[in-house]
Amino acid sequence: MNTPLQATLPTPDFPSPLAEFWRGFARNRGASAALAFMLLLALAALFAPWIAPYSPIEQYRDALLTPPAWAEGGSWRFILGSDELGRDILSRLLHGARISLWIGVVSVLCSMIPGVVLGLLAAFYPTRLGILIMRLMDIMMALPSLLLAVAIVAVLGPGLGNTMIALAIVSLPSYVRLTRASAMTELTRDYVVASRLAGAGTLRLMFNTVLPNCMAPIIVQATLGFSSAILDAAALGFLGLGAQPPLPEWGTMLAAARDYLESAWWVVTMPGLTIVLTVLALNLMGDGLRDALDPRLKQND
Amino acid sequence: MVDQLLPTPPVATTPEAPVMIARALSRHYSVSRGLFKGHAMVKALNDVSFELARGRTLAVVGESGSGKSTLARQLTLIEEPSGGSLQIGGVEIAGASRAELRALRPTVQMVFQNPYASLNPRKQVGAMLAEPLRLNTTLSAAEREERVRAMLAKVGLRPEHYQRYPHMFSGGQRQRIAVARAMMLQPRTVVADEPTSALDVSIQAQILNLFMDLQDELGTAYVFISHNLAVVEHVADEVMVMYFGSTVEYGDKAAVFERPLHPYTRALMSATPAIHKEDRQIKLKLVGELPSPLNPPTGCAFHTRCPFAAERCRAEVPVLRPFEGRLVACHRVEEI
Repeated sequence: MNTPLQATLPTPDFPSPLAEFWRGFARNRGASAALAFMLLLALAALFAPWIAPYSPIEQYRDALLTPPAWAEGGSWRFILGSDELGRDILSRLLHGARISLWIGVVSVLCSMIPGVVLGLLAAFYPTRLGILIMRLMDIMMALPSLLLAVAIVAVLGPGLGNTMIALAIVSLPSYVRLTRASAMTELTRDYVVASRLAGAGTLRLMFNTVLPNCMAPIIVQATLGFSSAILDAAALGFLGLGAQPPLPEWGTMLAAARDYLESAWWVVTMPGLTIVLTVLALNLMGDGLRDALDPRLKQND
Repeated sequence: MVDQLLPTPPVATTPEAPVMIARALSRHYSVSRGLFKGHAMVKALNDVSFELARGRTLAVVGESGSGKSTLARQLTLIEEPSGGSLQIGGVEIAGASRAELRALRPTVQMVFQNPYASLNPRKQVGAMLAEPLRLNTTLSAAEREERVRAMLAKVGLRPEHYQRYPHMFSGGQRQRIAVARAMMLQPRTVVADEPTSALDVSIQAQILNLFMDLQDELGTAYVFISHNLAVVEHVADEVMVMYFGSTVEYGDKAAVFERPLHPYTRALMSATPAIHKEDRQIKLKLVGELPSPLNPPTGCAFHTRCPFAAERCRAEVPVLRPFEGRLVACHRVEEI
């Protein structure tokens, strides 16, 4: 504690929880940079139709496979170059950010919310309901996740919406197991008993007492899940099961460009690099969030 | 049989009605011994009876595994007793409806052993102390804050502690917070499960004094569970010594400490270090450990470790009977 400050101010003003969280997060440089990148990406996605130089599906037949501006033979007409059909790669990436982020957000929310609820139920009622839930999750985990996703999309039919549903179902077990494991650890703690003695009902115990103490691993899992959803959506797109052409989805762009890997590196590098940077930023952000949300890791200053 | 298990308190307490009456309270757990082996019955708590009056302190003493914490779980309504009767504020628990139990819950609160595990790390002290009020009263947020701040002052914490998280406190301060939380609803009874054993010796006395000051002020009755006889001597009005889930000696603190009668009580007493030579009593050493609850000894549970054990002790379970102003469960108490 800062003693000179306490001498002048007998009752120091404590910052609001949000301000405290922000201070903890901002101290982590990697996470701040990642957050800045993600904000930039989100803004780019939001305003893609206005900031993109061209339409993502317009083909310039006079400029097929133009290299990026700084490379030999490149021009400032297409800053990141153009693809095999003469479409501007920058415009396609900006529009693709909309699709990829949307896939990430929707599939993470659709698997995290039911996953956390099922996990809490499994932890609070471990004898019957818990066993039922966990065996169901074991069955889902026994299947390779991408294979299961492919099977689900094959049944529902290819497309963006079905991709999101498939990815949400596939990542459900990890949330359930993670929530159940941390909730069961927390349930043995005396503060849960104390809260019960204070008159808290099961719902309050679940969501007000136990869940906040389980959030750190769930948040990390959610950010990792966000990135793996983007990756899996790219994989499904690559297999032709995800977003359908001419939608500028990053995975679909990779798939279309694989024939030009040797002759025109930029067509495959640009979407690949975007995916890598986005996933990396999300992982860094997840770490920063975990550190900032856990008051035990916060330093007094 | 039943009549023998219903002892009246050995000493006259205050004239008011007791806040808590236990009669032959038992808790048996069914444990699985593994596949194809069936279930075994563990008798964690056996026919424990006591009465607790307003403003009095009952100390429950015994080594680890003697059923003290099981007793605490029954008294705080965390678990339902499997036998016997428990009356809290004149209401019988066994036949009580859900609504009645809900109404009783705020009247019994608990202070836990480890203050590092008993406070929610995600909640500010103010929110934690306000939770019981929020769930059990119709006070407004401002009134709740006022009461919380008053309680913080009462347990010796500063106003700025209101917005801090538990990890910013020392063990002694945390235990003060835990005591404050237990006292928020002004319960008639507080069960304290070894509240000082996780603290530094220098802090223990402060917390004990806090307990006693609050008792003087609020008239709360305590069930004080401890294995530290020095602590018990400091706080208790009555002492109940437990061994293997049963009461072996129960009586007024002065009587029990003056002249412990049961061999187990005597062994516990002689295990307490004394500074003055004249305070030291004949040493009675305990050998071995508690018997396995899955394979309980016949007769008196203590006979496996008792230096005075005779043939009768191995065959017959001793009943709790009045002797020299307290209750003792020992066949040979007259001789030894």
